[in-house]
Amino acid sequence: MKSRPLRDSRHEADLFARRAVVAFLMIVLALGVLGARFWYLQVVQHEEFEARSDANRILTRPLAPARGLIYDRNGVLLAENVAAFRLEVIPEQVDDMPALLAGLRDTIGLSDDDVERFQALRRGKRSYQSVPLRLKLGEEEIARFEINRWRFRGVDVVPYLTRYYPRGHAFGHLVGYVGRIDAGDLERLDAARYAGSSHAGKTGIERAYEDLLHGEPGYELVEVNADRRPLRVLERVAPTPGRNLYLTVDARIQEAGMRAFADRPGGSVAMDPRNGEVLAMVSAPSFDPNLFVNGISRIDYKSLLDSPGKPLLDRALRGTYMPGSTIKPFIAAAGLELGLRRPGDLIASTGEYFIPGQKRGYRDIRAGGHGRVDLVQSIAQSVNSYYYSLAYELNIDRLSEFLARFGFGAPTGIDLIGEATGVLPSREWKRARMNQPWYPGETVIAGIGQGYWVVTPLQLAQGVSTLAARGVRHPPHLLRAVQNGVGEAPVPVPRQAPHAPVFSDPANWAAIHEGMIAVVNGPTGTARTLGEGFPHTIAGKTGTAERYSRTTEAWTHISQVPIERHQVLFECYTPADDARIAVVVALEAGRGGGRDAAPIARQMLDAWLVGEVEPPLTPLPATDPPR
Amino acid sequence: MNASALNWLRYRTGLVLRKPRLDLALLGALVLLAAIGLATQYSASDLNATQATNQAIRLALGAILLVMISHVPPSTLRNWTPWLFIGSVGLLLLVELLGEGRGAHRWLDLGFVRFQPSELVKLSMPMMVAWYLSQRPLPPGWGALIVVAALIAIPAGLVAHQPDLGTALLIVAAGLFVVFLAGMAWWRIGLIVGSVAAAAPVAWHFLHEYQRNRVRMLLDPDSDPLGLGWHIIQSKIAVGSGGMWGKGWHRSTQSRLEFLPEHTTDFILSVFAEEWGLVGVLLLLALYAFIIGRSLWIAANAKDTYSRLLAGALGLSFFVYVIVNGGMIAGLLPVVGVPLPLMSYGGTSAVSILAGFGVLMSIHAHRRRVAA
Repeated sequence: MKSRPLRDSRHEADLFARRAVVAFLMIVLALGVLGARFWYLQVVQHEEFEARSDANRILTRPLAPARGLIYDRNGVLLAENVAAFRLEVIPEQVDDMPALLAGLRDTIGLSDDDVERFQALRRGKRSYQSVPLRLKLGEEEIARFEINRWRFRGVDVVPYLTRYYPRGHAFGHLVGYVGRIDAGDLERLDAARYAGSSHAGKTGIERAYEDLLHGEPGYELVEVNADRRPLRVLERVAPTPGRNLYLTVDARIQEAGMRAFADRPGGSVAMDPRNGEVLAMVSAPSFDPNLFVNGISRIDYKSLLDSPGKPLLDRALRGTYMPGSTIKPFIAAAGLELGLRRPGDLIASTGEYFIPGQKRGYRDIRAGGHGRVDLVQSIAQSVNSYYYSLAYELNIDRLSEFLARFGFGAPTGIDLIGEATGVLPSREWKRARMNQPWYPGETVIAGIGQGYWVVTPLQLAQGVSTLAARGVRHPPHLLRAVQNGVGEAPVPVPRQAPHAPVFSDPANWAAIHEGMIAVVNGPTGTARTLGEGFPHTIAGKTGTAERYSRTTEAWTHISQVPIERHQVLFECYTPADDARIAVVVALEAGRGGGRDAAPIARQMLDAWLVGEVEPPLTPLPATDPPR
Repeated sequence: MNASALNWLRYRTGLVLRKPRLDLALLGALVLLAAIGLATQYSASDLNATQATNQAIRLALGAILLVMISHVPPSTLRNWTPWLFIGSVGLLLLVELLGEGRGAHRWLDLGFVRFQPSELVKLSMPMMVAWYLSQRPLPPGWGALIVVAALIAIPAGLVAHQPDLGTALLIVAAGLFVVFLAGMAWWRIGLIVGSVAAAAPVAWHFLHEYQRNRVRMLLDPDSDPLGLGWHIIQSKIAVGSGGMWGKGWHRSTQSRLEFLPEHTTDFILSVFAEEWGLVGVLLLLALYAFIIGRSLWIAANAKDTYSRLLAGALGLSFFVYVIVNGGMIAGLLPVVGVPLPLMSYGGTSAVSILAGFGVLMSIHAHRRRVAA
């Protein structure tokens, strides 16, 4: 059928108009829903999205503060910051990390250590944070990298400040060193303060005063694009540099001591008896702290560990020595102060001492004995019998109680970490340590600084300083003044109060003092030649302790080489009547305290003399009220 | 100059003034929209003058095409319609054979110009449906609807196969609008919508995996914030951070710092919303509503059924672009590659939309004379 139904135009137009109205209403409704949705996003949720927009574009970059400098008491620089360049990698921008590392290895050279450290550091960081790969790039390495730069997306050469120790070996133990922050450091340090820092103090002053040296970090708010590429700095709060430290040590004395040891194992401490300021703290042999700053290589580290001289051991702080005869002036002090001896009492030395009722004899140094000696002579000639009997009469309880007043058997509290405690022999100590009773024979040998006795050079220096200061003990310390900012005057560090005086009767002190002067200046003294040509009177005491028992095979063998036989010590102070310096030297192998240890002390005293006449580079305000 | 030429000129100018060929209200709205689009474009391209100029040239080309088409009477357009339809479907087949494009075959390179035949179909298919229905009694019966379904399905299927599901859906929508405006009975609409809804789970299986992911991302963009969810999240952040009054022109950090992908093309509205805030968005939506409403008014006053159906379908298609793009920006609809008309950067879209408005202008010029 071809015929079409009749078209009704009017009806069609009306139908269309109705449909158009319906359509338009639906459109308005739909656009209304859309508008409502925009209202919801832009008004109701505005703050949330605004925050997310800022979080998108603003990156907070921590700025590491410059580490404080370290000076000696005269303003000699011991630790500084120098500009260097390092290679940094942003892992996020690297497509193929193994290939990149292999490429860099060929181009500028990477050690396995570098790669291992890099991988370890990477784990602790976000993928868009840059991770140092190689520190201390040389000029040639930078040039080689720049030429091949296009091959290494996500890698950059970044300038930074690195720690440098201009005095190297001499202050290896004392000043210590900084190293890259490791997992252990992260537990100890405040993560927020160290967000931008790569290094922290590991040993010595660098570790002990980390808090002062580090400074406060600043930050930068950086606008970044979607690739996290920084476009501009929105806000910057500059970091506050760390404080500069002025130590009590005198670099001249320190270096003289280091030279005098000539790598023979031993330790030495010089102190100012008037105030406890440590003037030198020598441990030989030493190491170059600069090796550690940017990560020590395996080979260097192994050679330090395997070296027979154990250069990593800080002998001044942790070296443990039998004090031997250097303990005698302290025992004498106990005898005098506790009323068991008067200075003029004469004690017979027959060459051998016997505990009443016992058969075993305790020998003098000189066969046949020294005859009848008073206190001064007992010190000057180091008469063992005098001290055997005195110790026996004192008994161990009174002996250790009294010697504790000089600080033996306890940490000195110096401002360094890891100080050894030493051993002050006592009944309680032996019970706790060995669970054994005390025997009288042990008291006798304790009187000449043998047996269980252990002291560190620092403890002995504190003891002899106490003697030098007529019985007033000033605990040793290393920090003299702190400078808060460039151009500001260094502020002295408040000093600890001294301990109560050891001596109640100045005559007791005078007798010991006289004995120690006789050691160096008397005709029979054990360090007779030491004071030659020195402008001040030196008071001192030698000590020689046997390293090996006479009954062992080793003794027989070692006796062929006399220098290996003994640990030798020397303690002294000068000027005798108004002591301004006290020195202790411990040498692990030597012929005798007077022959081998005392000359080291003399060289340090000579260096000290220079400081007495030369003005310091940076005059520091006096830390003592004028006397 | 002879008198007859002068007379002719006087006649022509009088005609233009008394009975303008172009609807000035619609034209004004389009010019305003294009100006806003260019300003946003210039900002979103980070003040890249070349890009704004390119877009301006395309808009000018589209405007010329608009004026040219407005001079063609609807009756002529109607006569051309079957050929235009056959030609555009032929081009789609050509694309199928030798098209180019990233991942999908959408583009046809004619040597001097590259364009997407699917854009042409957006215009020719509703014309064809209007042409067919205008020869049938209305409202259409089942027989007519089956023919219309075939007319829609052939080009839509080819476009979907490119694959460009977004455009295919727009084409389907444009065809359906013609049927709807032709007065298709509500019960028939209900029946078809019901069966489509029932068939949706089946259709899910025919979607590409990337298309399914886009739908999934809409429901939970944070499940893959750096991958597929990135677009939606960053768009919402841009819009939301704009607030009530916006950050100001060229202050869109989301766009300038390149967090927002496609910020000059499909996501231009995010930039606009970030810079001009809710106030700007509502004014823009009002402008779009005016253009659509004006198109429907032109349709209602058209002279014959063909013109009416075609004009109405063009207006409604325009709306679909706006709602699909806006819904995507606001995180209401999945991410489909539908540009925002006259705002997004892109030549084919601008030209085809302005050509569509040329048809509307022609219909307006030949509108029904209502007796006073």
